Amino acid sequence: MAAPSTASRFGAITHDQTVLSAIVLAKHYLIHSGGCMQAELIDIRNHLLQHSPFNEMPEELVNRVTETIEIVYARAGTELLRINDPSKALYYVRSGAVEIFRRSGELYNRIGEGEIFGEFGLLMNKHVRFPATVLEDSLIYRIPAETFHYLFEQDEGFADYVEIEDRSRLRSAVSRREKSNQLMTSRVSRLISRKTVSAPYTVRLQEAARIMTENSVSALLLMEGEGDQARLKGIITDRDLRIRAVTEALPSETPISDIMTEGLITIPASHYIFEAMLTMLHNNVHHLPVMDDHEVRGVIALSDIVKYESQSSLYLVSNIYHQTSVKGLKKISLEVRDSFVRMVNEDANSHMIGSAMAGIGRSFTQRLLELGEEKLGPPPVPYCFMALGSMARDEQLVVTDQDNAMILDDSFVAEEHDAYFLELAKFVSDGLAECSYTYCTGDIMATNERWRQPLRVWKAYFSDWIDNPQARALLNSNIFFDLDGIYGETDFAEQLKTLVAQKASNSQRFLAMMARNALNRTPPLGFFRNFVMEEDGKHGKTFNLKRRGTAPLSDLIRIHALACGSKAQNSFERLDAIGKTRLILDDGIGNLRDALEFIAIVRIRHQALAIEAGREPDNNVRPQDLSPFERNHLKDAFQVLSNAQKFLKYRYNAQIARNVS
Amino acid sequence: MSLEEMDTPPSQPFANMPWPDRYQTLTEATNNSLLKAFYQAGCCDANTPLSQVPMVAIDFETTGLSATEHSIISVGLVPFTLEGIQLSAARHWLVKPKLALHQTSVTIHGITHADLEQAPDLVDILPELLECLAGRLPVVHYRDIERPFLDVALRHRLQEGIQFPLLDTMAIEAHLHPDRRPTFWQTWRGKKPLSIRLSDSRLRYGLPHYAAHNALMDAIATAELLQAQIAHHFGAQTPVSDLWL
Repeated sequence: MAAPSTASRFGAITHDQTVLSAIVLAKHYLIHSGGCMQAELIDIRNHLLQHSPFNEMPEELVNRVTETIEIVYARAGTELLRINDPSKALYYVRSGAVEIFRRSGELYNRIGEGEIFGEFGLLMNKHVRFPATVLEDSLIYRIPAETFHYLFEQDEGFADYVEIEDRSRLRSAVSRREKSNQLMTSRVSRLISRKTVSAPYTVRLQEAARIMTENSVSALLLMEGEGDQARLKGIITDRDLRIRAVTEALPSETPISDIMTEGLITIPASHYIFEAMLTMLHNNVHHLPVMDDHEVRGVIALSDIVKYESQSSLYLVSNIYHQTSVKGLKKISLEVRDSFVRMVNEDANSHMIGSAMAGIGRSFTQRLLELGEEKLGPPPVPYCFMALGSMARDEQLVVTDQDNAMILDDSFVAEEHDAYFLELAKFVSDGLAECSYTYCTGDIMATNERWRQPLRVWKAYFSDWIDNPQARALLNSNIFFDLDGIYGETDFAEQLKTLVAQKASNSQRFLAMMARNALNRTPPLGFFRNFVMEEDGKHGKTFNLKRRGTAPLSDLIRIHALACGSKAQNSFERLDAIGKTRLILDDGIGNLRDALEFIAIVRIRHQALAIEAGREPDNNVRPQDLSPFERNHLKDAFQVLSNAQKFLKYRYNAQIARNVS
Repeated sequence: MSLEEMDTPPSQPFANMPWPDRYQTLTEATNNSLLKAFYQAGCCDANTPLSQVPMVAIDFETTGLSATEHSIISVGLVPFTLEGIQLSAARHWLVKPKLALHQTSVTIHGITHADLEQAPDLVDILPELLECLAGRLPVVHYRDIERPFLDVALRHRLQEGIQFPLLDTMAIEAHLHPDRRPTFWQTWRGKKPLSIRLSDSRLRYGLPHYAAHNALMDAIATAELLQAQIAHHFGAQTPVSDLWL
């Protein structure tokens, strides 16, 4: 074997004085900063410094990391981490690629150069939670658990990085961050501070008022039966006393059962406070009996939650109800975006944010209807004001237009009554526009005569859509299949939901048409998992997270839910309902849930960042604005969507529908 | 052609003895306490599988290629096993050469006269250096530098040389690519010889390129290369004697 010809045995070495001075400088730096890393390891240190989360760390901390690294070479196919092995290190891919799997064996993530894995096990229970297998021959840096924990203590950025990402990835039920959202981690039972105050439902008005005053409570539970047999029958609140009893000057001997609220909305004691908040927001109630099976544990009031979390969106909601003019409402509407950003920063999940924003939207609408009725007088016939689309689904964000309609009582006579309802609809619609809920470009608003009709006409609309489905017509009426009564005779809306649930599941042609429409919008994923971009005048190449992400996802979830005869409107609740049938396997449901949550939360964060930066929030994301982590997981989520669309096509024969039409 | 046949080691006392026995004999024979401790730490048995051999990758930067004419100017080493390379135990020293530094070497290594003026003599770092080597099998890329240079340097300073078996990642590459030199015909057709230099060998295993070249990074690069070679061509159960030289 011949010796190489120069003293440089190791190939193309082209050192010059600049490299030398860099090394000398680094040496000085290390000496003066007290670091003890060998200056010669700078090549390794610099690689870390180019990648998250190390790129935002003080240099001396990265030096300390470097000196504890253990380098491992692993061939493709090597099982690097086995489930339940003790977690001893954080892994950093220096070169090559590693695949991370779920417990079920399904691919969860692909980790490439400069990315880390293995943090779940270190954070959670010191055992490997996600097995890892080497995809391409890899050089891996093992960062020992002690170093990981040291960084976790010393560097907040690092702690946030490994934890926040963990949370959005996994929706891990338990929050480990102290400053995390307490509404999401504390149970309702925590808000119960006193013994339940109750009375038999047979008491008279005056007696009920006396009990409430003596115990200084704002709500009194009314029970049927005695002792252990007692069952919750109804509730009476301060507000009821004021509005129903005092203003109508009812005699003090009036049976309380005449004015109490029945058919109560309650909450199980084991639920989280945010769920109580969502329930209040959704149903516009200010008191919730807390139940342990059938036993009443207590009552929580809106004010209890506001006290607990003064920054919560409930605070905003309670303020909405105090406004006496559109002007006042407009002023408050400026706070909606702050509330949105705050929830994002508090790590609320997309369900919570979507529900809270929808709840706020409902409250504006409800308050406008109250103000409208004050102005125009009581309605000539009963009616129901109906929310459509994202508000009905409890999936509203900050960039939203108004989609609404009115269902009128069947005794409605257009010539006599419609002037009133048109006026009311205009009042609400204009008011909402003042409060930044822009007019619906498709004119799906109660101001449109077509969408301001008696119940029987609405039933005919839905029957026609379902029995004589036409793809083009359904494209426009899609939005009506997310509906919710938010004011007045909400039972009208329930009747429509029931009709849809019964009819839709039996109409294969309808489902096929809906499925075909749902396949029009595909995820922005090309071959080889690259993003397919669209030209966006303002920002260059982007992809739209709503049009190509959350919207097609909620479309396909809606169709499965209709096929199951479910009356749920929220996508997550629809997934629950679908899961109870055997239409989609549990794994599929879990994947859809993760995909929806992930795309939604990326979209939400994108909008929150824009608001914080003083820009107008939108749905167009540039890939370079996402972290490698977000990019990878978005691709996975889009893949889930793509697969789910294939299943949808197959399941409902969407292909055939195209030929028939 | 086996690895052993490729080159003849320089003549050394007890050269015919198996390595573990030679270490034992040298422990008795040496007069130097540092060397006694080094040999006493022992040498693994020839049949030991590679997975159980503690190793240490070493690299010297020198003023030239001849152990008798040129000097060591820096030493880098990192202990490792097939499980991993421990940067926490990595070491790097500059040492003052006995002979004047050639201008050419300066630009190659990025080490200047000024740096070396401050540096200790090899003898000063010897206790630490030998302690790092003790009980571990040295791994180098191109065996004709580190072992002969250290041997000559010790003869010069302690009046006694040093012997040890080693693994040579360059010899392993040479063994894997016996036909790396193109024939006359292939050369005429434009075929280039396959390089078995460290950075080129690493490329074949998909190992990353390192910008900086110093004795420590090259020692680390060598340790990584050996891990890749064993993973691809030999396996962790290979007896150490199949590869040592």
